[in-house]
Amino acid sequence: MVVVVLGAPGTILRSVWYEEERLLRVAQQMPCREVQAGMLLSLMGQPQQYSYPSIFIYGHRASGKSHVMHVLLKELELPHATVSCVECVSVALLFEQVLLSFFGCDAASLLPRSPSLSDFVRIYRQQCSQSPAKQTRYIVMEKAELLRDTDANLLPALLRLQELVEDNVTIILLSEIVWDKFRPNTGCFEPLLLHFPDYSKGELQQILSQDRHPSYTAEFYSSYINILLGVFYSVCRDLRELRHLAALNFSKFCEPLAEGKVKETDTHKLWRNIEPHLKKAMQTVYLREVSSLQWEQMQQMEEKESGALRGLSAHTHVELPYYSKFLLIAAYLASYNPARTDKRFFLKHHGKIKKTNFLKKNEKTSNHLLGPKPFPLDRLLAIFYSVVDNRVAPTASIFSQISSLVTLQLLTQVSHDDQLDAPKYKCAVSMDFICAISRTVNFDIVKYLYDFL
Amino acid sequence: MTTTSVSKGCFVFKPSAKKKKKTLSLEDHFTNGCEGADNSEIRFKLCQDLWHKIRADTEVLQDELNRKILDSLLDFTRKCSSTRQHSDWASQMRASEIPTAALVLGVNVPDHDMTFQSLSELLQQSVTPHVASVQAKECGALKHLMKRVLERLMDTVVTVDDEEEEETEQTSTQLHKSVHCSLSTLCDWYNAKTMKSKTGTPGKKRSSPVRDDPQQPPVVIIFKDLEAFNPKVLQDFILICSRYVERLPLMFIFGIATSPSTIQHMLPHSVSSLLCIELFQSLSCTQHLATVIDKLILTPQFPFKLNGKVMQVLMSIFLYHDFSVRNFIKGVQLALLEHFHSQPLSVLCCKKKEALLNVMQLSHHDLESIRHLLSFRRYVEKQEPQEQLNLFRDDTHLKEVCQKLIKDLRKYHKNYYPVLRCLHTLTSSLPRYPLGKQVRELHLICLEKNVWENEDYQTAMKLLKMLAKDELIASLQRCVEILQPVKSKKMKKALVELEELLAKFKQLDTVAAETLPCVEDCITSPVKNLQKKTDLFQLQKTLLEMNESRRAKKLSPFEVLRNEALEFIDGLVKSHLSPPESQTLNEVCYYSSSATVRRHLNATPRTSIQAALSSPYYYLQNESLKTEDGTVSNAAPDICIAYKLHLECGRLINLYDWLEAYATVVSAAEGNNPDSDNVRKVEEVKHARFIQAVSELEFLGFIKSTKQKTDHVARLTWGGC
Repeated sequence: MVVVVLGAPGTILRSVWYEEERLLRVAQQMPCREVQAGMLLSLMGQPQQYSYPSIFIYGHRASGKSHVMHVLLKELELPHATVSCVECVSVALLFEQVLLSFFGCDAASLLPRSPSLSDFVRIYRQQCSQSPAKQTRYIVMEKAELLRDTDANLLPALLRLQELVEDNVTIILLSEIVWDKFRPNTGCFEPLLLHFPDYSKGELQQILSQDRHPSYTAEFYSSYINILLGVFYSVCRDLRELRHLAALNFSKFCEPLAEGKVKETDTHKLWRNIEPHLKKAMQTVYLREVSSLQWEQMQQMEEKESGALRGLSAHTHVELPYYSKFLLIAAYLASYNPARTDKRFFLKHHGKIKKTNFLKKNEKTSNHLLGPKPFPLDRLLAIFYSVVDNRVAPTASIFSQISSLVTLQLLTQVSHDDQLDAPKYKCAVSMDFICAISRTVNFDIVKYLYDFL
Repeated sequence: MTTTSVSKGCFVFKPSAKKKKKTLSLEDHFTNGCEGADNSEIRFKLCQDLWHKIRADTEVLQDELNRKILDSLLDFTRKCSSTRQHSDWASQMRASEIPTAALVLGVNVPDHDMTFQSLSELLQQSVTPHVASVQAKECGALKHLMKRVLERLMDTVVTVDDEEEEETEQTSTQLHKSVHCSLSTLCDWYNAKTMKSKTGTPGKKRSSPVRDDPQQPPVVIIFKDLEAFNPKVLQDFILICSRYVERLPLMFIFGIATSPSTIQHMLPHSVSSLLCIELFQSLSCTQHLATVIDKLILTPQFPFKLNGKVMQVLMSIFLYHDFSVRNFIKGVQLALLEHFHSQPLSVLCCKKKEALLNVMQLSHHDLESIRHLLSFRRYVEKQEPQEQLNLFRDDTHLKEVCQKLIKDLRKYHKNYYPVLRCLHTLTSSLPRYPLGKQVRELHLICLEKNVWENEDYQTAMKLLKMLAKDELIASLQRCVEILQPVKSKKMKKALVELEELLAKFKQLDTVAAETLPCVEDCITSPVKNLQKKTDLFQLQKTLLEMNESRRAKKLSPFEVLRNEALEFIDGLVKSHLSPPESQTLNEVCYYSSSATVRRHLNATPRTSIQAALSSPYYYLQNESLKTEDGTVSNAAPDICIAYKLHLECGRLINLYDWLEAYATVVSAAEGNNPDSDNVRKVEEVKHARFIQAVSELEFLGFIKSTKQKTDHVARLTWGGC
């Protein structure tokens, strides 16, 4: 029996169990997702019927997964619990939220401290025997990929929760990752998979055009969105971001209109006005180099002044104490030079060793391409003492500087924190950074790097 | 101790009340082992007063320095909480970002605490009561971070409002069950809180958007050390918060030690797109230190002074090691304490009136120690023989002289600092900074020896003699400004002279117009002659003459005046910037033991271990251990002997040889003849003692076991014999 009539996008959803009017409202709220919604509706079946135990929905960010679920469940007034897995720092929170939204606070308070899965199942059964489901209950889990990091038994158990609690309950998992990456190696119940494809350019245009500014016509706003997508579609397809960008730049778009220079229909002139501005937005506010508040202020300022505002990544200069600089330089050398070559760089009478003589096969590739290598503390200090120009007493503050470099994340500790004996480190700064640092202390670091010999 | 229990086990014996040691007060600690104990109480009081004053002053200073950045930060929070309440089209369409202030504070992490302290206090006073600050080390996992934030936010309210104790108690009991540790709890709490504060709208639904209400104080969360946070934890926390930002006006402040680009390293775009980040850059720590030194050291206000070497030590710790202003002030505190503790005459290191009074109360013993002071003896040598005798015999006369000397010392300080600043303003703009860029560098030079004998001073003066008019006038003008507030007589006189000079400079403009043509005449006349002569020899001669005349040319009035001004400055420097060591009774005010400061602030663990091992007498103070340098008595502890013996070995040490040598030394100590047969065999006890000593050395990191050779250990340190 065909229960749902699926039409081309834009047509109304049809289902025999829900009123026409309601479905119409649902369809209006989710443009370009009618196919998926229709599919979901047919999977859900009649409210009182048992539904499939678990459904897995995946699709990229901002492809309407949560939105569709939310609208469907809300508008059709189905009993449901929505849980975001990021928020559940412990499984207890997850259980609690589910119980809370199905059976009220009393049930949630029955959970013991740090409950196990069986506690949850027990309480759920106990509660649902008192108030059995008249309609299918839905548990929606957003960001389900985080469930993989929890206890190994949680995901398989949730997938067949219907069986475990003997209740009309369906789990809907929402994720940005495909199901293949979830499947535990012990095997589990396979959920129904449903894919939400990315919105196409046309669909994005259609959706974005919907939230037009009240004081302008729909066509005008739609042409604005068209220009916006022309610039941004190649780098960003995230609906949320695009909407944010549209809101930020709309006032600039309207500027010539407000000044009376251009008519609403003169798209070309409007485009000429806004295009460089949008390009600039792509480099700054889209990358969060400049905050949206600052961006808005910049729009109000004159062109010249706004040039003074520097992005976040423009500030890379770090001021360090004198010995910290040398420690960092020593760490960099230790990380990027093979230990064998230390003799050549730091011993006075090393003799003439040519690079070709001590090239080993695996060292032919640049160490800078391979990334930093770990080194023990002894080597760091040995290089430090030979690099720094005056005699330094091995004081406690030299050692504490190493650990403060670690907290500043300029060095990283490779060995475990507990290992007190011969800890190992890696240097975590870039070539440019270390060059800038060594310039301030008049140290020619390139001369000491094996790669640039 | 015995128990009545029949079973074996560990038992706790609490010390009985009467046995408890009487806790010593600070003062007792101070007097204990203090030099010249009879006036230690006064000295303790002086020291305390001075320290409290210094601390209060630095705190005020710190607040002032931070004010600008904190004010802009407060503005930002206010602006954020107000824009949140707009309901126009653009702000509705915009993704709701969490306003975030990235506060770049520099790498001097120990100083940050104070800044954050005053920041959260200011926030609580003027913007919002809901401020929580978290540190990375207490938030290893998301759970802990969440818990800390909730605790801090809700607890701060408990202490602020007493009426709501009941309700908050409830929440706190809930909190103990960490099950409820979610942001929705916080949301409910926040709504209850704001609901209560505004009366008359009790029926408002919880989910109603926050922005309707203008009275919504933001909830500020301060991450004190962003770099140290686990990126994953931070990302998750931001993701969670962004889900609630509609209901809860959240706001973040990131404390960043390195550079703002760390935010981008830590957070991926998907997370950073949830934040609206604004950057705030704080004053650099070197500037901060310059102000602190300016207000704390370079002022006659505090009688306590540091001598050149101590200053040098403190400065090098700052510049080479930590960049921390707080530690610098701690260093000053240590010097202060040491000074009052070790110098009995520090009783005179206080305000003028008190000092004069204290002079009269000096005991005979104290006066004797004054007579022994190096600077005082130098002073005595310059006096007439009769006066010398008086100074050595007559206590009351000495007291009077001391009063005079103390007054002189104060006058010296009053003149020293203004002149120092004047010299600095003149020299700080010179190319290549011969006398240093910062006033503290000049101060260090002056503390060391007579600055005018310094080569750099000569070059500076030469450069000054080439200064253009407007630059010179500007610097002199600044000198006038420096001298103006100074009250001492000499400085007032100097000020008058300087102003006269400046007036002359200004007159020069009008006079110059008249004299100029005459000068031109003098120059042009030989040139005219030149054109007439065509003979080569004549030409050469006239050219030489011209050169001569130009060299010996009469100085222009400006140059005359410039030289006059510089001579005046030079005179000031020579009369007032002599080093403090040349002043009589400088020991009263100047703390000079740089070694003590260095030892306390810049500890060298390895050196002290080596010192202890090679000369145990230094620590154990046992007479029998006293030896000539380089040798160890055979009565020394086992580890010292083993250490001494291992110094004689190469990189690899044969354990058996070592043991033999050890046994020989120890049996010599016991008075046995080392050659007799029964000693040849090593006793078990000695063997055990040797093994213990070796393992102790291994623990200290001097040797380690090696697989290169059997029965050998490897030496890990170099040098020795």
